[in-house]
Amino acid sequence: MAQERLLMKGTEAIAEAAIRAGCNFFFGYPITPQNEIPEYMSRRMPQVGGLYLQAESEVSAINMLYGAGGSGVRVMTSSSSPGVALMSEGFSYIIGSELPVVVVNIMRGGPGLGDIAPSQGDYAQMTKGFGHGDKHAIVLAPSTVQEAVDMMALAFDLADEYRNPVVLIGDGLIGQMMEPVVFPATAPKQFDKSWAATGHKGKDRKIIHSLYLEPEELERHVLKLFRKFDAMEAKEQRHEMFMADDDPPIMICAYGTTARIAKTAMRELRKKGIKVGLFRPITAWPFPNVALEAIVDKTRSFLCIEMNMGQMIDDVRMVVRGRRPVSFYGRTGGVVPTVEEIVKKVIEHNATLGA
Amino acid sequence: MASEEIVMAGFGGQGLLAIGKILAKAAMEDGREVTWMPSYGPEMRGGTCNCIVIIDDEPIGSPVVQKVRSAIVMNKQSIDKFEPTVLPNGLIVVNTSLIDRKVQRADLKSVYVPATEIAEKEGTSKAANIVMLGAYVGVTKIVKPETVEHAIEATFAGKRGSVGEVNLRAFRKGFDIGQQSAS
Amino acid sequence: MAEEQVIFKRPAALTEKYFHYCPGCTHGIAHRLIAEIVDEMGIQEKIVGVSPVGCSVLAYNYFDFDFQEAAHGRAPAVATGMRRTLPEDRYIFTYQGDGDLASIGMAEIVHAANRGEKITVVFINNAIYGMTGGQMAPTTLPGMRTTTSPYGRDTTLCGHPIRMCELLNTLVEPRFIARGSLSQAKHIIKAKKLLRQAFELQHEGFTFVELLSTCPTGWGLTPENSLLWLERNMMPFFPLQVFREPGTMPETAKKYAPDLKVKDDKKES
Repeated sequence: MAQERLLMKGTEAIAEAAIRAGCNFFFGYPITPQNEIPEYMSRRMPQVGGLYLQAESEVSAINMLYGAGGSGVRVMTSSSSPGVALMSEGFSYIIGSELPVVVVNIMRGGPGLGDIAPSQGDYAQMTKGFGHGDKHAIVLAPSTVQEAVDMMALAFDLADEYRNPVVLIGDGLIGQMMEPVVFPATAPKQFDKSWAATGHKGKDRKIIHSLYLEPEELERHVLKLFRKFDAMEAKEQRHEMFMADDDPPIMICAYGTTARIAKTAMRELRKKGIKVGLFRPITAWPFPNVALEAIVDKTRSFLCIEMNMGQMIDDVRMVVRGRRPVSFYGRTGGVVPTVEEIVKKVIEHNATLGA
Repeated sequence: MASEEIVMAGFGGQGLLAIGKILAKAAMEDGREVTWMPSYGPEMRGGTCNCIVIIDDEPIGSPVVQKVRSAIVMNKQSIDKFEPTVLPNGLIVVNTSLIDRKVQRADLKSVYVPATEIAEKEGTSKAANIVMLGAYVGVTKIVKPETVEHAIEATFAGKRGSVGEVNLRAFRKGFDIGQQSAS
Repeated sequence: MAEEQVIFKRPAALTEKYFHYCPGCTHGIAHRLIAEIVDEMGIQEKIVGVSPVGCSVLAYNYFDFDFQEAAHGRAPAVATGMRRTLPEDRYIFTYQGDGDLASIGMAEIVHAANRGEKITVVFINNAIYGMTGGQMAPTTLPGMRTTTSPYGRDTTLCGHPIRMCELLNTLVEPRFIARGSLSQAKHIIKAKKLLRQAFELQHEGFTFVELLSTCPTGWGLTPENSLLWLERNMMPFFPLQVFREPGTMPETAKKYAPDLKVKDDKKES
């Protein structure tokens, strides 16, 4: 039997999907444009026997996640760019202590207080700069509300599998948009949580910590973490290729809502006879470099489109390594690039390629 | 089926986001792909407010577009802002209860609806938005009227008294106006 | 000859690891008191501690039960996450110094207390930052010299020391707030009673025990003189007292308690 389609806002769908993925605990602090997530959680959690608790700050919220994660439960928070920046320290502790938690960042315009309009300005913060020290975390970048729903279950599973936090990034558009969604019917996966600090003594004692005062000891710990990160890089790269079967000379690289805008533009461009494809990272970290590498030779030119001044482009350039031109188009400050702008940009770009 | 992009605009509080959701729900029940995207900002009340609904049979790309096939405009600011954004041969549904000017473009199909007066006759001026939605669906038949009625029933389920009934009547009145102007 | 009897031994709730604390530091006493209480209450497999950042950052090495290590000042938030997810019968305590709790972690401690988190907070107040090398703390006394107040704490520059018990006692939710001292036997015996009371009341609400402690290294005094200095200088400023017990509440907190609510829900029906 076909499952029920529900029309839901991205933020609320993310919250409901988390609960259905077995997340019964939410700690957070209000910030626009993601307030529908804590609001939904505050309504829904009591109905499912879970807990919503409003923290006094994002700093506290992430540390509540740390404590709850150390108890072995599925737990999450959500915030937006400046609030997420406040969570950096705790996020690093969570990685160092190997705790599985999920953080949702519905990005807004920056720097500073910026604005509350849609943005992808935290790509670098989330993939490279979220917390101090040698560390990584999987960053999922959904492009539709359905994908965001599917990714919440995935996020909790990946967090549990690797005992490492997982981040989901969306922009204000995906948060505010309504689309039909179908919730997966599968029950949440079960994982071994025997490492959790729930009350033990003697040799069974569990200590959740990230302090290793001896440099050699910390190095061993970090190397152990990096064996996990290496495994994530090998196994968890996800991407989508769109209109790329005919080896188009121009490949747009875009993620999240920007990729959707590009898709609409590409349909128009194809009508005009311009062959253009899309490479869409679904995991912003690990960046899907294997899939990108496979098309470098077949492509004449790459065009990165982002809602920022060019952040993912560095990851693209690192794969392309100068073999092909990589150019950029972006809008920032919360301005969303339009279909028309992208069409125009690609036409100009196509003209420079010559015959 | 044809794809559709429609903007619905007016004052905050006129129920533009609500009719957008009703239309989106109906399209979903019809088995189509749909997105509903509100404008959002710090202003919670008053001010202008709009949403864009896109309906298609393909997975939808951009949820925001600069040009639309149709517009429902419920106040003066909205007709000024969105009339230029409608594609040639597009449709504009005008709330004459609050807009005293005509559509200036000759390449658009215009439907004039005294939405507030009609809604008042059916029981409450608050249903003016539903009258506008009815007129739009009556012209375009982009979704089945029955599925819109289901969506209206679902939206007003649990509200006191006959609110749902009033809105259904408002929808049918608007639908008739739209249908007449389409023929 | 009479059989030898064991009259003093390491509590089961302490590991065999030697404390790394400086000679004359009272952390060891505080640890021991907590461990004795854990033994007496038989809760070794029902308690989870939260260690701070500061000299006691390695507290988890000394207690033979589960622990989580918190970032600087965040122990009450970490404990909140644990309290809200662990089985109800578990005991949770944080162990925090004055820089951790009263400076960087002020928001976390006040809000955990205000929510009435069912935890016990053990607050070690020695009026100085020990681990970082003797800098000024939020509880450093007026005129007291530290490495960052080399001319003595200037209250016109950086305010007066914060009295945490008194501050938290303005809130409605806490069930137990008390200040003890680890400076001599009679105070230590009393401090243990306060800690025991706090742990016993923990499942009713937020419990807080401040323990005046020494830092011979940071203060630049011998262990013996540290104890005397504590009594002569800290006690007048931080009086030993039970501020809150079940059934008691100061006027300042009473004004807002216990059943004052908005008269009408402001949402129109």
